[in-house]
Amino acid sequence: MTPLLKIENLTKAYPGVVANDHVSFEIGEGEVHALLGENGAGKSTLVKMIYGLVRPDEGAMTLRGGAYEPATPHIARQNGIAMVFQHFSLFEALDVAENVALGMENPPPRRELARRIREVSETYGLPLDPARLVGDLSAGERQRVEIIRCLLQDPKLLIMDEPTSVLTPQEVDILFETLRKLSTEGTAILYISHKLEEIRTLCQGATILRLGKVVGSCNPREKSARELAEMMVGTTLHTPDRGGKALGEVALAVKNLSVASANPFGTSLRDISFEVRKGEVLGIGGVAGNGQDDLLLALSGETRTAPGTITVLGRPVGALGPNERRRLGVLSAPEERLGHAAAPDMSLTENALLTASIRKGLTKNGFLDWAGARRFAEEVIAEFDVRTPGPTRAARSLSGGNLQKFVIGREVMQDPAVFVVNQPTWGVDASAAAYIRQALLNLALQGAAIVCISQDLDELMEISDRFAALNEGRLSAPRPVEGLTIEEIGLMMGGAHGMEVAHPETPAGAVA
Amino acid sequence: MNPELLLSALMVASTPILLAAIGELVVEKAGVLNLGVEGMMIVGAICGFAVAVETQNPYLGFLGGAAGAAALSMIFAFLTQVLLSNQVATGLALTLFGLGFSALIGQSYSGQKPPATHDLWIPLLRDIPFLGPVLFRHDLMVYVSLALVALVWAVLTRTRIGLVLRAVGENHDAAHALGYKVVRIRIAAIAFGGACAGLGGAYLSLVRVPQWTEGMTAGAGWIALAIVVFASWRPWRVLLGAYLFGGITVLQLNLQAAGASIPVEYLSMSPYLITILVLVIMSADRTRAAMNAPASLGRPFHAAA
Repeated sequence: MTPLLKIENLTKAYPGVVANDHVSFEIGEGEVHALLGENGAGKSTLVKMIYGLVRPDEGAMTLRGGAYEPATPHIARQNGIAMVFQHFSLFEALDVAENVALGMENPPPRRELARRIREVSETYGLPLDPARLVGDLSAGERQRVEIIRCLLQDPKLLIMDEPTSVLTPQEVDILFETLRKLSTEGTAILYISHKLEEIRTLCQGATILRLGKVVGSCNPREKSARELAEMMVGTTLHTPDRGGKALGEVALAVKNLSVASANPFGTSLRDISFEVRKGEVLGIGGVAGNGQDDLLLALSGETRTAPGTITVLGRPVGALGPNERRRLGVLSAPEERLGHAAAPDMSLTENALLTASIRKGLTKNGFLDWAGARRFAEEVIAEFDVRTPGPTRAARSLSGGNLQKFVIGREVMQDPAVFVVNQPTWGVDASAAAYIRQALLNLALQGAAIVCISQDLDELMEISDRFAALNEGRLSAPRPVEGLTIEEIGLMMGGAHGMEVAHPETPAGAVA
Repeated sequence: MNPELLLSALMVASTPILLAAIGELVVEKAGVLNLGVEGMMIVGAICGFAVAVETQNPYLGFLGGAAGAAALSMIFAFLTQVLLSNQVATGLALTLFGLGFSALIGQSYSGQKPPATHDLWIPLLRDIPFLGPVLFRHDLMVYVSLALVALVWAVLTRTRIGLVLRAVGENHDAAHALGYKVVRIRIAAIAFGGACAGLGGAYLSLVRVPQWTEGMTAGAGWIALAIVVFASWRPWRVLLGAYLFGGITVLQLNLQAAGASIPVEYLSMSPYLITILVLVIMSADRTRAAMNAPASLGRPFHAAA
């Protein structure tokens, strides 16, 4: 049988980096094929070539035996290739039907389109109202918009780029039901992820990429997650050790914190209360967009509240700004590295000065202590193994993982009493992520109270002592991590957000 | 003061800003902030005036004005869309350049009289008492401006091309990922905005004033920009805003003529003051204002490889 899509020696080089180096693999009709690799392994570039967004420098693709050279996504779509993007390609201010129409080659008139959206969404158990604004939808519902947009074009190959990173475990189950149904109907699925357990349950074949090269292919069901991870990273991984520790007094207490969001599509915080003790790591999970950013802003002091809502070591700090809180030992590292945690065009020394000037005494009478700042930046670079030629480099020039190590290191080395971090290892490669997690654990051992907000549940399970979930701006009651099951966590995160499980009606004759 | 004449004058006074504003609305809906409206208007005014005087045909003059301003807007399009220059700075530069450039071409035209633009002869309707003189005794361009508002509204809300344009203004990265030509669509929108501003300018020099004087737009382009925000990017509200502003202008002129006992300067200031006031009130609700603004407005687009 000829494969649906055959890829031979695809190569794409960008200045200074070869994103794909002679990559070859094939996908059969109806096969669910995984593309595995770390950030920067070249997965995204590869699928962009298949979808016609990027032109390969070399190599060829064959679709059902015929040459396939998509120059634009329109041609890819005409050939039955559809793609669900990692960062949703949706328009918040437009409604569902308009968003779907934008992704179709020849959309039918609006009324007909709305009817077909309802029809397909019911068949696949993905209920969706065509007239709703996408900006008002949850992440899971937004993804449905993308999937339905693809399904309406009757695709032969569906490309999914990290589809589960924004879903609760229950929503993941619903998605997998849909994907299995599609697969039995003959649609091939190219599934990109670095979540190994998912790939082991869903996929029939896997191609593993490392630094732009294919380093192996396998049937993921026959391998353990650990074996897959080591193929992906190329080295053995060690899990951070937490070591026993005694918890001290309450360092950070938040009581009935409510904050209205400044962004029209943002989430307001509602009546949040929790306490973190010295030496404790509180993990806060939740699907993106449920108030994580707003919570960090309220804790760091960028958003001010009534004084009593937040207390640090017994002192009310709710009305204080970020610098006054830094003086008291409350430090934070926001999610957005470039532009929020670091000023992209300023040097690492300058970026170190920006948050450390108070606690490290880097200003005197309004003048900057450049030598001290440079020394501090160099210490951070050495201590946290930041790969850069030196502290004079602009923050922008560092890779995501290295900049993240710098940003976290800069705060950790100021010896915080309370450290709040959002998505500490987002978009960071596995070894840097392990390093950052270990640094957080060490900080807790030294007696700091840590609030770690993250969408990576595995990470939270690994480092936190207690776990709580944000759901539509409300925080669940924190529970000890030990003994917590993935189902319980899913329910704390809001379960399936009112989504129904797909109940595919198997057509007569087709046997799953 | 005769309300019939007042309302009739209102429509004429509003037409230049209405034309410029509806063009700028399309540009901003595509996610581009072109602050050069004032410059494009005045270039449209002189180009329209020159063509009309040379050919003795006002309609060719309007075409000339539109073409001149559209050509000027292409400088902006090239700089911001191809060379990715800053839109605010480039727009301001365009205004300054347009003012100077129009003065240069206009040197030999000051003091001349343009060919007259006659009112349309609309039988029956023009004889309706009150409504006839107010609504149906105007020149073609007044009706063209109204038709343009309806057309822009219909295209933006009812057609595929309008949907794609809004999508580009809303999230250019997503539009690019779906395979739409962001830069091409934006350049087309900028050209349309330029042509509209040019028509507005030509209307000033051919009908409203009618003669050429340096700097004759006197801030009309800025008012047009403000009206787009005032209208929260909705075509029919642009019409409302433009007529509101036109109404205040006509009213203050009449008050001046009637010898009201306030200094003239206060009256001339009033349309601008009221515009500022209305803008402040309109944008008091920050969340709602942010909802309507195209999310990619003013952000440079660079297709990431």
